Amino acid sequence: MNEPARRLSVIVLVLFLALLGATSWIQVINAEDLNQDPRNVRTLYREFGNFRGPIVVDGQSVVYSTPVDDPYNYQRSYTDGELFASATGFYSIVYGRTGLEQTENQLLNGSDDSLFWTRLGNLFAGEQQQGASVETTLSGSLQRVAAEALGDRAGAVVALDPETGKVLAMVTSPTYDPALLAGHDTSVVNENYANLLADPAGPLINRAIAGDTYPPGSTFKLVVSAAALESGFTPDTELYAPQELELPGTTTTIGNYGGVACDPSDHMSLADALRVSCNTAFADLGMSLGWGVIERKAHDFGWDEPLDIPLPVTASRLPESPDAAQTAMSAIGQYDVRATPLQMAMVAAAIGNDGTLMRPYLVDAVRAPDLKVLSTTEPEVLRESMTRSDATDLREMMVDVVSNGTGAGARIGGVEVAGKTGTAETGRDTAPHTWFVSFAPADDPVVALAVIVEEGGDGDRGATGGTVAAPIAKAVMEEALRLDAEGDL
Amino acid sequence: MATVAELEVRTGRRAELALLGIAWVIIVLSRALVDYHADFLELAPLAIYGGGAAALMLACHLIIRRYAPSADPVLLPAVFAINGVGLAMIRRIDFAYAQYRGRETDFGAAQIGWTIAGVILAMAVILVIRDHRKLRRFTYTAGVVGLVLYLLPLVPGLGVEINGARIWIDVFGRSLQPGEFAKIAMVVFFAGYLVTNRDTLALAGPKILGLRFPRPRDMGPLLVVWAAALLLMIYQRDLGASLLFFGIFLGMLYVATQRISWVITGVALFGVGAVAAGIVFPHVRSRYDAWLHALDPEVYSSGTSEQLVRGLFGMASGGLFGTGLGQGRPDLVPYAESDFIIASIGEELGLTGLMALLVLYLIVVQRAFRTSIGVRDGFGKLLAAGLGFSLALQVFIVVGGVTRVIPLTGLTTPWLAYGGSSMLANWIVVGLLLRVSDQARRARTEASA
Repeated sequence: MNEPARRLSVIVLVLFLALLGATSWIQVINAEDLNQDPRNVRTLYREFGNFRGPIVVDGQSVVYSTPVDDPYNYQRSYTDGELFASATGFYSIVYGRTGLEQTENQLLNGSDDSLFWTRLGNLFAGEQQQGASVETTLSGSLQRVAAEALGDRAGAVVALDPETGKVLAMVTSPTYDPALLAGHDTSVVNENYANLLADPAGPLINRAIAGDTYPPGSTFKLVVSAAALESGFTPDTELYAPQELELPGTTTTIGNYGGVACDPSDHMSLADALRVSCNTAFADLGMSLGWGVIERKAHDFGWDEPLDIPLPVTASRLPESPDAAQTAMSAIGQYDVRATPLQMAMVAAAIGNDGTLMRPYLVDAVRAPDLKVLSTTEPEVLRESMTRSDATDLREMMVDVVSNGTGAGARIGGVEVAGKTGTAETGRDTAPHTWFVSFAPADDPVVALAVIVEEGGDGDRGATGGTVAAPIAKAVMEEALRLDAEGDL
Repeated sequence: MATVAELEVRTGRRAELALLGIAWVIIVLSRALVDYHADFLELAPLAIYGGGAAALMLACHLIIRRYAPSADPVLLPAVFAINGVGLAMIRRIDFAYAQYRGRETDFGAAQIGWTIAGVILAMAVILVIRDHRKLRRFTYTAGVVGLVLYLLPLVPGLGVEINGARIWIDVFGRSLQPGEFAKIAMVVFFAGYLVTNRDTLALAGPKILGLRFPRPRDMGPLLVVWAAALLLMIYQRDLGASLLFFGIFLGMLYVATQRISWVITGVALFGVGAVAAGIVFPHVRSRYDAWLHALDPEVYSSGTSEQLVRGLFGMASGGLFGTGLGQGRPDLVPYAESDFIIASIGEELGLTGLMALLVLYLIVVQRAFRTSIGVRDGFGKLLAAGLGFSLALQVFIVVGGVTRVIPLTGLTTPWLAYGGSSMLANWIVVGLLLRVSDQARRARTEASA
């Protein structure tokens, strides 16, 4: 009976191997699927049960978790919540996550692969899983100045470091306090969320990167100018600039702001046309360049390309095969041209950085709970938007806009500022959106930015980029220059 | 002649003592960890626990030294280690119920009581049964006792139905699972019966497809056991006990006759019965549905697979290394301390811990087979192999049920899950195995002396 007993013990071995296989399948191979199953409340509980890492601005935690005595163990708190909501987003037990709270979730909650050794250490020390801290590129004071300059008006400000692509400020208005949604009383959170959603001003929308994209208006003339320079134009090339330009195949005409002639001779240089923002000159230039040239240049600046900074950025759009009349309208940033404020800041940054467009980013570094740096974002070239000499020409043209043209409102004593105004028809019967994009100091910028104020801010039909948006840009640039002088930028 | 190699054979008592030391460390450390993470760590109670465990283990060791000096040295420490992990886990689940559910339970303390009683029973088995061959005299008594025990839950007024399975009886307000004891009685019965009749059963019959099948007229016993197993499945509404009962018989029949054709015939019969039961009886069918389509939204929302799926979620959240003792949420699985303790362990100790535990079981089972091969009398061989195989099959049925290898059933994990009957019965198994192994190894140790 020994032989069958031996064989039976082998059968037992096979049975146990089946068990080992099944447990491996459940606990390792198929574990991810089971953990993601929406019926699995465990993942939810564990998420809330962990110490979640902070989000840091200027070395200060603006979002952090504190232990509380309720089933969720930790309460998420937001310092200056309204100011930083555009970047941080919210973390809600009911509505999930947005912003960095969402995109950096695995780092913040400690489950990211890069935290494996930290987790292993916690395991042996018998400590709870801890999240990493996410350090943003934002400058707290620049963000504050931008938000205060924009005030209650609907709009957005985006400021970049042209050399690296760091997002120094990202303001959207109106905004909200993430703390309203981070509470543990679900009925209060539900009510707050419903109110925010119902608000016609749309405080939950991040206008800087992900709102409805705006027509860029005259700020798009920068892209057309870049296309012209690349096609062999110089700043001194004479353009046709009539008082009114009849659009081919239509009965409509394009006029200039206020209906005036750009120049009594009906001709002016490219530089002058940009300086006074001459619509007829650029509409005609657009038609003679052809849409393909402008489209290619727009792509060089990042149009039609969604970005993750790591917040998802809506791609800025271009019209599809426009005819001559539509090309003329597009060349002055109307018709179907759309841009996010970030996109326009990227245009300014590329011109200011000798034609090299850096990839914009919002997360500077990630630190493990023991403060060891897990990763830092290295600046990365996104595109070579222009040649260095074209960029230098365009920069000088933009300096002229501020010192002698429509951008006078952004002049800063003792510093050369390069800028461009924009006053874009909304396509509705409202005051125009007012834009200003700029960088300073012009020869070696520390900041490049875009400002948009929706519908002129107070609904004034006469509002222009130069009167409404330029002063905001000026305030932000002054603060950036001050910070740079103190070595804080 | 061959005695040269056997000079090396030792009784293994020192090895046993050393292994018991390791088991003791596991027992005390796991409890200390549980208490620590529940902010409940106090040295005095821990010292009493550790001291008590040491005293109990040492007493066992001394009794074995005196009354079964050649017994297998690995069995006892392995079982103590499994039992200790179970005690810590059950205490941990008490804490979890209190913390998250506001439910005051004291399964942990009760289980310590059952453990002590079980160990005492095992030692009593060693003291009372000095020679396992005497058990053969009680072959048919054991058969009758086993049958009665299996049938007890069906007696009106005595049997209780819990969770849809009628495998409990109510004795003085406590629920007992007589099936656990019936299992042992049946192994004794099968061993006695088969050792007597193996020659007849091994007689060759017709040859089909190259396999020699038994004579139809010898099929009687197999058919009787098969019918009994089916009745168990249908009336107790529990696939586990029936599968265990029939599986033990088949395994022992194979060891006795060495005829694989018996096994094939038996498995085919059981398969037909199980499929038929699934077609005829809705409660059996819903068990199958829950097994095959556990994650299917319809099956899940009907509630039939909810416990199983929650167990899977728990194990998945444990991953490779587990959440750590005291850091998971075992309370989210119904019956985390008994039927689903395997899921709780998978969650908090991870795949690593669960595998270690399964390997401990495997060691115990393999020692039982080792004993079967070593012992000289046929009855002893069948008894040891039967007990070992019953443990293996029971672990397979429970763990396989929780991990979806087979349909979920209502058996308990030996020495691990909360429950008195199971604890007492399985410690009796340890006592029996120690007794037989003493005989098996004594022959060699004496020969070498």
